[in-house]
Amino acid sequence: MSMLRSDLDVAAVRKDFPFLRTGVAYLDSANTSQRPRQVIEAMEAYYSEYNANIHRGAYRASEMATERYEATRDKLRAFVNARSRKEIIYTRGTTEGINLVAYSWGRQHVREGDLIVLTIAEHHSNIVPWQILAQEKGARLEYVDIDDQGELRQDQFHALLERKPRVVAFTQISNNLGMITPYREMTAAAHAAGAIVVIDGAQGAPHLGIDVQETGCDFYAFSSHKMCGPTGVGVLYGRRELLEAMPPFQAGGDMIRAVHLTHTEYAPLPEKFEAGTQAIAEVIGLGAAVDYLQGIGLEAIHAHEAALTEYAFEAFSEVPGLRVFGPPPSRRAGVIAFDLEGVHPHDLATIVDRRGVAIRAGHNCAMPLMERLGVPAVARASFYLYTEREEIDRLVAGLQEAKRIFA
Amino acid sequence: MAIDDQFYREFILDHYKNPRNFGRLEPADITHEEYNPLCGDLVGMDLQVRDGVIEDVRFHGRGCAISQASASLLTERLKGMSLDEARQISKDDVLDELGIDISPARLKCALLSLKVLKVGAYGLAGEEDEDEA
Repeated sequence: MSMLRSDLDVAAVRKDFPFLRTGVAYLDSANTSQRPRQVIEAMEAYYSEYNANIHRGAYRASEMATERYEATRDKLRAFVNARSRKEIIYTRGTTEGINLVAYSWGRQHVREGDLIVLTIAEHHSNIVPWQILAQEKGARLEYVDIDDQGELRQDQFHALLERKPRVVAFTQISNNLGMITPYREMTAAAHAAGAIVVIDGAQGAPHLGIDVQETGCDFYAFSSHKMCGPTGVGVLYGRRELLEAMPPFQAGGDMIRAVHLTHTEYAPLPEKFEAGTQAIAEVIGLGAAVDYLQGIGLEAIHAHEAALTEYAFEAFSEVPGLRVFGPPPSRRAGVIAFDLEGVHPHDLATIVDRRGVAIRAGHNCAMPLMERLGVPAVARASFYLYTEREEIDRLVAGLQEAKRIFA
Repeated sequence: MAIDDQFYREFILDHYKNPRNFGRLEPADITHEEYNPLCGDLVGMDLQVRDGVIEDVRFHGRGCAISQASASLLTERLKGMSLDEARQISKDDVLDELGIDISPARLKCALLSLKVLKVGAYGLAGEEDEDEA
């Protein structure tokens, strides 16, 4: 049926993911992915074999923990192709990464009357931190709209750049529309206009990956839990010059060089931004996730998802009254928001759930986009390396059943 | 199949597709709206009250079958009831009437109209948190 072929051995991949043994057709990976046993085992090994705090290496277990914790940083540096491991900051997730930038860089550099450019398709985590900053500083926010195809209006984006924004922040892949933004071109254009560029890589990192040097972005935030890693940890890439000049985000243990009663000398990068005991097991698990993904190859994963997306589009087109939001398969990632005439997305999700199919329903953390699309909510199916066509078939059968129930 | 027929029972679908007491009342003695921020469901209610008795009630809104059918069922129950009696309507009463096994994630949908009534008529808030999915 599909023109695209993928070389991924899905059957073999699926054996690595214990959750899939439940038989649930898990079509909510854009929300959080499943984790392979390699990740779970890496965390278990830490807890059972060398559980200790890091950076206090007076004994063997602590040395080992520190070594593995820092090894993940090297893996992440290579994963995004950063120049230096000092540019890789551990966070709790994409949300914290963006908050860190808005708080730490933003409070230092954004002034009254400055312009911050976002897009209507952003996740709340790439809107609210900027709103708070704008309110505090008296800065202005403008949003790039989408066109009828669900893609960002580049004409409007360029018109906004004429107004010399201070910050341009946008997503690499929309978590609803599935569109892959022209993030390289947008970054270059924003830089030419003198703005710093913050990219939300929550959906991009797991499915497309990024080369931060080639892209040239100033900050790139992503989450472990959407890329086969554990929850509770994420990454902020930042250009070293910017990070060096920024004040700390949170203060306390581990981020200091020396504390005096009157002042503190901060630790060098990256520890300056890593206050308090970190999510050690999770960071180690994330390292295993990066290994796992790179062992398979992001290109193969992307090709697999592209084939699935095309397959899903064809299958969805046979469901009367089903409407897909966003661009055609060739310009999107494996996340498809849709609705079905006469059936509320929540009812849809309930009906397919009772057939063992897990999809998301709601505003998907993008209320401004929902308003723009003129819908209170959408249903959303999303794919990853372990998704197989049979699961999409099961979803489609559930959608047909929903049509029948609500006819 | 059978399992869904049990959940989306005929009378629930009937109340969803043919909601009772749907629309607005003007003037109304009590008017209130609530959103379910999780899914954007909206239910609003208008009540006309005379001598402490609910003489007429209408609801409006949009959302899933559970939230809308539950609102429709509640309006049927409310008509002719005194405000004191209506105040006694509990979550369990609403869930019993729906008669289906509501998952924690959908409780807010089922109880949205009751919240509209409680907040609108009695100024009672703070009941929602325990239902947080």
